[in-house]
Amino acid sequence: MKLRHLMLGAAAAFALSPAAALAERGSDGQLNIIYWQAPSTLNPYLSGGTKEVEAASLVLEPLAGFDNNGELVPRLVDEIPTVENGGVSEDLTSITWVLSEGITWSDGSPVTANDAVFTWQYCTDPEGGCAQASYFDGVESVEAVDDRTIRINFTAPKPFPYTALVGAESPLIQAAQFADCLGAAAPECTEANFGPIGTGPFVVTEFRPNDVITYAANENYRVPDQPAFATVVFKGGGDAASAARAVLETGEFDYAWNLQIDPTILAEMEANGIGEVVTAFGTSVERLHLNQTNPDPALGDMRSTLEGGEHPFLTDPAVGQAMSMAIDRALLVEIGYGAGGQATCNVLPAPELYASTANDDCLTQDLEGAAQVLEDAGWVDEDGDGVRERDGIRLSVLYQTSTNAVRQDTQALVKQWWEEIGIEVELRNIDASVFFGGDPSSPDTFQKFYADIEMYTNNFAGVDPEAYMANWRCNEIPGPDTQWQGSNIQRFCDPAYDALVDEMAQTAALEERGRLAQEMNDMLVQSYSIIPLIHRGGVSAHAVTLEGVRMSDWDSELWNIAEWSRAE
Amino acid sequence: MTDLANVNEQQGYRAPRNQWWDVWDQFKTHKGALFGLGFFVFMLLFVYVGPYLWPIDATYIDIRARNQGASWAHPMGADQLGRDTLARMMAGGRTSIAVGLTAMALSLLLGTFVGVIAGYFKKLDGPLMRLTDLFLALPLLPLLLVIIMLFRDTLRSTFGPENGIFILIVFVIGITSWMQAARIVRGDVLALKEREFVLAAKSIGTPSHRMITRHVLPNVMSPIMVSATLGIANAIITESALSFLGLGFPSDYPTWGRLLFDGTEWLQRNPERVIWPGLAISLTVLSVNYIGDGLRDALDPRIRGR
Amino acid sequence: MLTFTLRRLLLAIPTLLFISLIIFLILDLAPSDPTASLPLTIPPEVRAEIRASLGLDEPMVVRFALWLQQFFINEPLNLLEQWTGLSFGDGDRTRVISWQTRSPVVDIIAQRMPQTLWVVGTSYVVGILIAVPIGVISAYRQYSWFDQIGTFVSMLGFSVPTFFTGVLFIVIFSVQLGWFPSVYDTTHVVTDWASFVVQLKQIIMPVMVLGLYNASQISRFMRASMLDNLNQDYVRTARAKGMTERVVVLIHVLRNSMIPVVTVIALGVPQVFGGAIITEQVFKVNGLGQLLIVAIQSGDIPTVQTLTFIFAVLIVLFNLIADVLYGVLDPRIRYD
Repeated sequence: MKLRHLMLGAAAAFALSPAAALAERGSDGQLNIIYWQAPSTLNPYLSGGTKEVEAASLVLEPLAGFDNNGELVPRLVDEIPTVENGGVSEDLTSITWVLSEGITWSDGSPVTANDAVFTWQYCTDPEGGCAQASYFDGVESVEAVDDRTIRINFTAPKPFPYTALVGAESPLIQAAQFADCLGAAAPECTEANFGPIGTGPFVVTEFRPNDVITYAANENYRVPDQPAFATVVFKGGGDAASAARAVLETGEFDYAWNLQIDPTILAEMEANGIGEVVTAFGTSVERLHLNQTNPDPALGDMRSTLEGGEHPFLTDPAVGQAMSMAIDRALLVEIGYGAGGQATCNVLPAPELYASTANDDCLTQDLEGAAQVLEDAGWVDEDGDGVRERDGIRLSVLYQTSTNAVRQDTQALVKQWWEEIGIEVELRNIDASVFFGGDPSSPDTFQKFYADIEMYTNNFAGVDPEAYMANWRCNEIPGPDTQWQGSNIQRFCDPAYDALVDEMAQTAALEERGRLAQEMNDMLVQSYSIIPLIHRGGVSAHAVTLEGVRMSDWDSELWNIAEWSRAE
Repeated sequence: MTDLANVNEQQGYRAPRNQWWDVWDQFKTHKGALFGLGFFVFMLLFVYVGPYLWPIDATYIDIRARNQGASWAHPMGADQLGRDTLARMMAGGRTSIAVGLTAMALSLLLGTFVGVIAGYFKKLDGPLMRLTDLFLALPLLPLLLVIIMLFRDTLRSTFGPENGIFILIVFVIGITSWMQAARIVRGDVLALKEREFVLAAKSIGTPSHRMITRHVLPNVMSPIMVSATLGIANAIITESALSFLGLGFPSDYPTWGRLLFDGTEWLQRNPERVIWPGLAISLTVLSVNYIGDGLRDALDPRIRGR
Repeated sequence: MLTFTLRRLLLAIPTLLFISLIIFLILDLAPSDPTASLPLTIPPEVRAEIRASLGLDEPMVVRFALWLQQFFINEPLNLLEQWTGLSFGDGDRTRVISWQTRSPVVDIIAQRMPQTLWVVGTSYVVGILIAVPIGVISAYRQYSWFDQIGTFVSMLGFSVPTFFTGVLFIVIFSVQLGWFPSVYDTTHVVTDWASFVVQLKQIIMPVMVLGLYNASQISRFMRASMLDNLNQDYVRTARAKGMTERVVVLIHVLRNSMIPVVTVIALGVPQVFGGAIITEQVFKVNGLGQLLIVAIQSGDIPTVQTLTFIFAVLIVLFNLIADVLYGVLDPRIRYD
């Protein structure tokens, strides 16, 4: 029977898709994937975590996604709507998607425009707490023009309309399956959340939250000879080093995700020859934020707020400049990131259109120059204790970040360089669940910023930086009145910058948007309130026998899993 | 102990021999205990006097030396940033031994106190044991987050960053690990209380506090000693877990537990990074164990007589 | 003894309610947040909505009352319905829902139980079975080579943490020798001899790691307690009566030495159900320990609260069992 199945499959594949006749659906057995953080649900709208989104991306698909170069690729549609082909209205207030002919859910029922409308309703229900709600920002309505035509109307002109239902974070869900799960009822639909029906290459056979997921090939997948694997085991748990070991040393698994471990160790594991390490770069930048407000504990409730006043010395650009010059970014990459990092001087390092080259001097370390900058600005070590001071203010900083081995190494290196130029440094690391948790009662969140300097990574989803650059508007500064919500972490405020943000929101021409974004980036970086360190990429590893991996940081890493196959 | 002994010797044989002198005599015959004591003193010298003989700063980064194996410049090798492992072992030992001893002492004091009181006074048994149940049931990690959130800044401003954290860690480990000792001591006291000599002492009207110090405590010494040895190891490892989670010392502040934890990833490439801290922790605990054994034997009049 | 046990069981109810309140207070006070692990690209407004949808904007008292109702009334009723097939009320009861998975916590706990019992339970039994004889022999032949080696190994076993021994075992037995898998397969079902062997292979490393640690601790207490008793007068009397060494040591001394050991073992049993966080992590067993730590890290209060409460019940129960056993071992101990 197996043989017959094989031959039938081969015949079908030959008939339908001669170009890819080598593979056929389900012929390559089992694919083993290990994510050391286990997915807790398969509904990406209920959990915004990367691990959940990527695990769900095997099953759920958006209308269009991004490939490994950040280019839009159609998935459930035949072509990407643009102004040129009439898919996007001239005034940029609507976009019209046309579903491909004959697309079906894995249960065999047809995908219709109503599913898209339902998805929008599901995620924008005020009681649902949808984690991906920002993808539907500015969407006035989603309507089904006919069975296959979806029109998304925006409240205002949207120069970049590819957010709603584009990318792994906002995929289509089946209206029939989730009909009773709107709003407050969303968490009660455990069965649907753990086994969503999708259009993707695989269907869920078993889901164990925070442990393991098994999938089988989707018999109704639109590409007849895909996926090549019959089943997928998606195991979670452990840590990055042990996940790397399972792929690169013992060969128990075929693919491991997010291997942020020491590059020397990773390289040595890779030298065994059973697996290889792959990287992909998106927009993530590891950066230092220099608090522009005063975090002195003596200020009590006014700590690190605009009312508390300026920082005693970090508002002096000379100090920030010296700090930046003293850092050897290339060495930080070599020690902590390896192939998964590149030295950068920009907060906006990609896509290429938006990346500035005006600040590239920072790429070379210059300790003497840094000391000189401080000297010239009047910061001198008068009392001979190795720490510079001016007007009785000592250059002494508290430098905090989240707990993570690489970050702690970076902290140690930076501390040494800064102490060499006469800046005293105290280090602190805070558990990530506290640091990134926005609990307004905790003194240790990154938004409260009760320290002089803090370090973490941020990025933006997709390829358009407009919303990201708007993070540094004056009114985004966190404070007690907004429950410390706000994305302008270093408390940078410049009316000229706000004007540029407003200008970008009005501009549609891509070239012009690029220029504006670069100008904003330069303004931020040259204020030395933010010191970009490393452009970080994702690091994963796959067995050498696994073919077709095209690692991407613009969409789910597993975006093309349908094309993966086992080499002979 | 020895000073007292000298005084006694000068007085000749007129004064009755101090019982601590007997204890020391008995202790000396215990080879393991002597060896343990010797090793422990050596470790103390290593961590406190060592830095004067080996003056490299434990946090100094020599990037060219990174991942080096043993050499004359770095006898125990260097870590991934090129920090000298020998210097880090000394600095780390200072913290680990101090944390281990004080946290263990605190948890034993608390545990023994609660255990003896609960076992001896029937009325207090219930409430104290329910309290023990409560502490056993508390989820450690959230509790630590709360304690640190509430007290870190206060302690830091009162005692300075390093001492403040030290006090915090010792306190945290102490109050979260006394329950086992308390339960064990109480169990023994319950049985002890019914023994003939206790009844005899009671019947001649010995007051409770004397009963406890003279008759009960000496007889529960051996489980306490075992708890002490295990407690030191436990404190050293817990400290490393706390620091790793960002709840303890700053990340550039080495401790033995931390060195061992960081070195685990390097097990295959630079095995010396786990061997040294692993050995240091185990041998220190072992030496304390032998000292404990020796002390226990020496304090037991039945054995001492033999 | 029976009245004592009953009284203690009754007393346990208010105790446990109080413990659950304290746990809830601590969790509520702890600065962790269910949206902390989400990517920073998710804006603050969305995070606020997520928190609101989890019920976090309700006052603490309301949330605690809700949990009490869900855990003590709704969950048992649901269980009853499942067992008996009868239905009570309208069946529309909210269960304790995890914030991470948005599914009933009790179901996840039931799903995690098998692997935890396999690994941690086996290792505990193995630990006790090794520790008791080692402790007895070490004490009986104090300072013999057996005792010295036993002391050394148990000190090593206790002071070298499991995060290190686990990785060491993986490097030796999985990477170098390739004997055992380094990743535990929780979906594996034992049906016949062959699958049992597979199961043995995957539990052997975590069981060895944990067993060594447990055995070290228990054997130390066993040895110390035996030593205390071997020099007692009643032992001399028993020997003088002409009893065999076997009877003297294994019946009289062992029984009298069990009190601290029983305490230690009873304290350890709840931890079997609590799982072994580090060992589970190293071998990717994903049992209750992993569930707890992941829930703590992601600020999932309902899961942490439910797990720690079950844990508290076991602690109270096993400490009660230990107290009863004291009376059995030493009839002079009376509580009434």
